[in-house]
Amino acid sequence: MVTLNHYLLLAAALFCIGLFGALSKRNAIAVLMSIELMLNAVNINLVAFSHFLADTAGQVFAIFVIAVAAAEVAVGLALIITIYRDRRSVEVDDFDLLKW
Amino acid sequence: MIELAWLIPLLPFAAFGLIVFLFKNNRKLSAYIAIVAMSIAMIISLGILIQVINSPETTEYSLTWMKMPGLEINMGVLIDPLAAVMLMVVTIVTVLVQIYSMGYMEDDSSYTRFFAYLSLFASSMLGLIISNNYFQIFFFWELVGLCSYLLIGFWYSKPSAADAGNKAFITNRVADFGFLIGILLLFVQFDTFNFMEITEGIESLNNPGMLTVTAFLVFLGPVGKSAQFPLHVWLPDAMEGPTPVSALIHAATMVAAGVYLLARGFILFESVESIMTIIAYVGGFTAIFAATIAVVENDIKRILAFSTLSQLGYMVMAIGLGSMTAGMFHLTTHAFFKALLFLGAGSVIHALHEEQNIWKMGGLYKKMKVTTTTFILAALALSGIPPFAGFWSKDEILNVALHENFILYVVGVIAAFLTSFYMFRLIFVAFFGEENLELHPHESPACMTVPMSILAVFSIFIGFIGAPFIEKGFGYYINAGHHVVEGLNWGLMINSSLIAVAGIISAWLIYHVELIDPEVIAKKFWPIHKLLYNKYYIDEIYGWLINNIWDRSATICRWIDLKIIDGISDGLGNFTRGSGGKLRFIHTGQLQTYALIFFTVVVAIMIFLASSKVTAVTMIIGGGI
Repeated sequence: MVTLNHYLLLAAALFCIGLFGALSKRNAIAVLMSIELMLNAVNINLVAFSHFLADTAGQVFAIFVIAVAAAEVAVGLALIITIYRDRRSVEVDDFDLLKW
Repeated sequence: MIELAWLIPLLPFAAFGLIVFLFKNNRKLSAYIAIVAMSIAMIISLGILIQVINSPETTEYSLTWMKMPGLEINMGVLIDPLAAVMLMVVTIVTVLVQIYSMGYMEDDSSYTRFFAYLSLFASSMLGLIISNNYFQIFFFWELVGLCSYLLIGFWYSKPSAADAGNKAFITNRVADFGFLIGILLLFVQFDTFNFMEITEGIESLNNPGMLTVTAFLVFLGPVGKSAQFPLHVWLPDAMEGPTPVSALIHAATMVAAGVYLLARGFILFESVESIMTIIAYVGGFTAIFAATIAVVENDIKRILAFSTLSQLGYMVMAIGLGSMTAGMFHLTTHAFFKALLFLGAGSVIHALHEEQNIWKMGGLYKKMKVTTTTFILAALALSGIPPFAGFWSKDEILNVALHENFILYVVGVIAAFLTSFYMFRLIFVAFFGEENLELHPHESPACMTVPMSILAVFSIFIGFIGAPFIEKGFGYYINAGHHVVEGLNWGLMINSSLIAVAGIISAWLIYHVELIDPEVIAKKFWPIHKLLYNKYYIDEIYGWLINNIWDRSATICRWIDLKIIDGISDGLGNFTRGSGGKLRFIHTGQLQTYALIFFTVVVAIMIFLASSKVTAVTMIIGGGI
């Protein structure tokens, strides 16, 4: 039997993988991809709850999240392009102007 | 006329203002303004005196100057016979000294500044006399001290004069510190500064310990201002000022302010037995101490300065023995003949072009008849020869001493002998004997000799106002406390006259006829002579104390201030900076670091919330239903 716990575990695993990537990747685009991964993990969580609790609210929320994720990626990529044009690099290690 | 009393200090103050702001460069006008202002003040004082003699009561006017809950300070005027007599003394002597200064300071470049300062001093002194509360008297007390500083250091380019001015002011400040605390204690106990109200309050007080401390502290004021031992050190050095200043301030008026305060606050002192004893002994000791030093001094002004110290000691001793009458009477007579002595000394110094050593003078009577005559008259008055003024007042004091404290009576008699001895030593050496051929003395101009002659008349006759055979004399108007000694004491009068004459004869034998050579005596008793000549080394002792104890403590305090107190405040600052300096490394500038910290903390909070049993916490986790 596949219970709710399996889906939740999957989502948690995906979230942690995405989190690890977001915190440790050097390439900004890789960070964006990891963030996408985290959002998708949340989506799995929402849909799983919606299925097992028989409440459509979860799926509706998931669609919202997809739309927001798409918009956010668009804006994020635009930012990266702008930074690249100024600093000639996409490594997040190079964006340390707030350094001590 | 009493309603015009407030004008008395105001007129010389206005003169000061006019001279300083408008007439700084006009010599004649400055002198005239000062003299006219003082003369009007003198006339008003005379009017007040006549009014008070006719109806001897106390009149008081008072305005609220500042009022806060718990503190009320008034400015006011208090006129009673005591104030009226002091006003008369101060105004007369000031007018005469100002007229004298027109001649004495003629060659001085700061002529107008001198008259400005004299007027300021006069206004402060007069304000002090008519004060009706301790706060106001303290205010004028300090102002008088300031004027003394300005006038002693009048020739400020001379280092010794500047130092003397500092010494006077600082010594007085030490005394005034105690005085101020005493005044504050009075306020704490009686809730008022007013003399009259405190007098009433004392009668119904039941805390003798506090009153003793208060009386002692208030007594410190006169110890400084009237130059009693041990704060007498400033008065001999104050002779650096011009001679009219010495005559006015350091003989007749300012130093008398201390005695005046003792008289004003007499009830306060009288109610504490032990303080009266201390006052009497301090006065008596000063009297004989200063008299012994005067015997070996060679500078004419210094001899007179120590004589002033000695007479002030007499006045303070009299008050300490319980007779405010005797103290104030001696103050009144002393003002006149001491001022005359100083003016005479000034006349001599001026004529001999600033020579002040009596051994360089001699035979002055030949060319300076008026000066010599007035000087001798004043010296006779000071020595206590009847019927001159000093005899009556000094005998009044000795009479009280005889009844109250035999030791102090003996001290007084010895000091009287020494007084006539050193005064006539001065006269025989400076005015008689061989002339010094290098000096060419001449008699002083009229504006100097006329004031001296007027003072001479006072020195002869003023004593009669307090003589025992007068019905309503000095004692009738000015008295306080339960102490009145009546009647003529022939034994005492004859005794003191003989002692004074003995002093004169001894001086004549040693310094004029030279039966015994003074040099031989000095060599034979050289340890005593050395001690006296160095003024008992008091100045050296104070210098040692200040250098070693005071300066060392100051260095320690400075070290504490620098290292410890600054260390703490700087340390806090340094600590903040240092910790900031270490903590800044948290900001790596990289987003990922920040994000890591966020998530770590969120996880930590979640664990914490999950492990605690609080209902609100479970609600937060459960989604807040």
